[in-house]
Amino acid sequence: MKRYPEGKHKSALLPVLHMAQEEFGGWLDTPVMDYVATLLRIEPIEVYEVASFYSMYNLKPVGKYLFEVCQTGPCMINGSDDIISYIKSKLNIGIGETTPDGLFTLKTVECLGACGYAPMMQLGKTYREHLTKEKVDAIIDECRAKAN
Amino acid sequence: MSRKLLLEKEHIAGIRGYEVYRREGGYRSVEKALKMAPADIVEEVKRSGLRGRGGAGFPTGMKWSFLAKPEGVARYLVCNADESEPGTFKDRYLMEFIPHLLIEGMIVSSFALGSNVSYIYIRGEYAWITDILENAIEEAKQNGWLGKNILGTGFDCEIYLQRGAGAYICGEETALIESLEGKRGNPRIKPPFPAVKGLWDCPTVVNNVETLAAIVPIINEGAEAYAKIGVGKSTGTKLMSACGNINKPGIYEIDMTISVEEFIYSDEYCGGIPNGKKLKACIPGGSSVPILPANLLLTTAKGDKRLMNYESLADGGFATGSMMGSGGFIVLDEDQCIVRNTMTLARFYHHESCGQCSPCREGTGWMERILKKIDNGRGEMKDIDLLWDIQRKIEGNTICPLGDAAAWPVAAAIRHFRDEFEWHVLNPDECLKRNYGLAHYADPVHVPVMA
Repeated sequence: MKRYPEGKHKSALLPVLHMAQEEFGGWLDTPVMDYVATLLRIEPIEVYEVASFYSMYNLKPVGKYLFEVCQTGPCMINGSDDIISYIKSKLNIGIGETTPDGLFTLKTVECLGACGYAPMMQLGKTYREHLTKEKVDAIIDECRAKAN
Repeated sequence: MSRKLLLEKEHIAGIRGYEVYRREGGYRSVEKALKMAPADIVEEVKRSGLRGRGGAGFPTGMKWSFLAKPEGVARYLVCNADESEPGTFKDRYLMEFIPHLLIEGMIVSSFALGSNVSYIYIRGEYAWITDILENAIEEAKQNGWLGKNILGTGFDCEIYLQRGAGAYICGEETALIESLEGKRGNPRIKPPFPAVKGLWDCPTVVNNVETLAAIVPIINEGAEAYAKIGVGKSTGTKLMSACGNINKPGIYEIDMTISVEEFIYSDEYCGGIPNGKKLKACIPGGSSVPILPANLLLTTAKGDKRLMNYESLADGGFATGSMMGSGGFIVLDEDQCIVRNTMTLARFYHHESCGQCSPCREGTGWMERILKKIDNGRGEMKDIDLLWDIQRKIEGNTICPLGDAAAWPVAAAIRHFRDEFEWHVLNPDECLKRNYGLAHYADPVHVPVMA
């Protein structure tokens, strides 16, 4: 809060929502957003309108591991379509869906600024780049191992 | 080999940390600048000819000189690190590997502008870079480059980081300011410009990462030395993000005198096209600038070699030229489909439209749907004209430039590759099995010169 001038605490909304999402299972449920509103002394609608605007905030439950695969031009040129299809068939889910065990969610996203290292996806805080089918297999195994 | 100003020391081990950065001459520009009058620094930047590196190419010194300075009102410097233009990943590289260069440039710029609290607004997805920058800020603070009374000059400065949350539109400076205030990233109507009424209604300058980093060599070497590098109004060096069908994708610092051909084929840069494929097209400055077929890319309509700088890339206007933009250089080889590529870009702009202005909110969706239809072999001839009509009606009719950015790639694709669109319509089954290929796009060009 001390990062902003007196009375401008609403500026903390985006960072607080990031923290809340991390804390509460990777998505923002209405009670969580209401709590954020109380915390920042703003109206709940001010939180909802922001949470629904930015694509990094998930308004529905997601799996423990969220695969956010880039599909924009430069990634497409380098085969992102194939990577997306491969993940779909390997995990047997569609885009926006979560595996029944609650481990994986597949999401397609627009340009993440890794065009030179395409195709790529975001997994948590990090980027996984130069994706191949083999790398996708390894990432899935790695996540399963971590979950156990 | 191009002279490097920003990435000169990128290969030195440990340059990310303060100790090595300082030993290699880091923070010299702060020592020098804090002895100067702030107005003289602004003049120096003006004389350097530095143009905004975010995409618009507006002269930085001039932007700085517009900053209002009412008595008793805080002024802010905000660094735009919301890098999201498809094809662009240069700021990420700079922040990840030489974070202190940005911090150093920001301290000098904050001093020149009279900003005691400056912000870096970084795209939310660059989460690990946020940690790197936080660490660099902390190191700078511990060593007396930030905080109260820097170098005993009486100048106070703090730099804070703010993460975005996945919205391309927040790269637009007024949307960025809205977002920094904790709101949706809806661009504001200008005027008033941020220089008068920006962050929390205070005078504000928003500059790109690379622009602020370039302040360091300008102060260290002087405006004249900086302006000597490059050509015409393209002074200094430019970071290019090279991607697509090339052998060596990555970040290259160029001095803007080299030719496009050299940039693509020289081993010093992109290293040519993989698997012996031929060049078909290129988007030279980030996804929103016009795509050019190989022939117009390498040579201007006048028959001159096209160079990697602001003027030469724009030579011929939108009829036969393109733009430097953000320096996101996307190369497409003969196997790429222009319709599909354009569709992904239209989908991108549809997804990223903030929804404030109807022409953009509705138009981007229409363009995406029509392009999908053509790409899927279900297009009709009249769809191509409809597409042209829609983009015309978006361009210039929106509050912010996202509308233009969405319209230009579609316009250029139809302008230069109309026959490929028509081929999709005429060959609905075949277009699902194979691409149109290189066709005539690399043939010598004959453009009638208007009298």
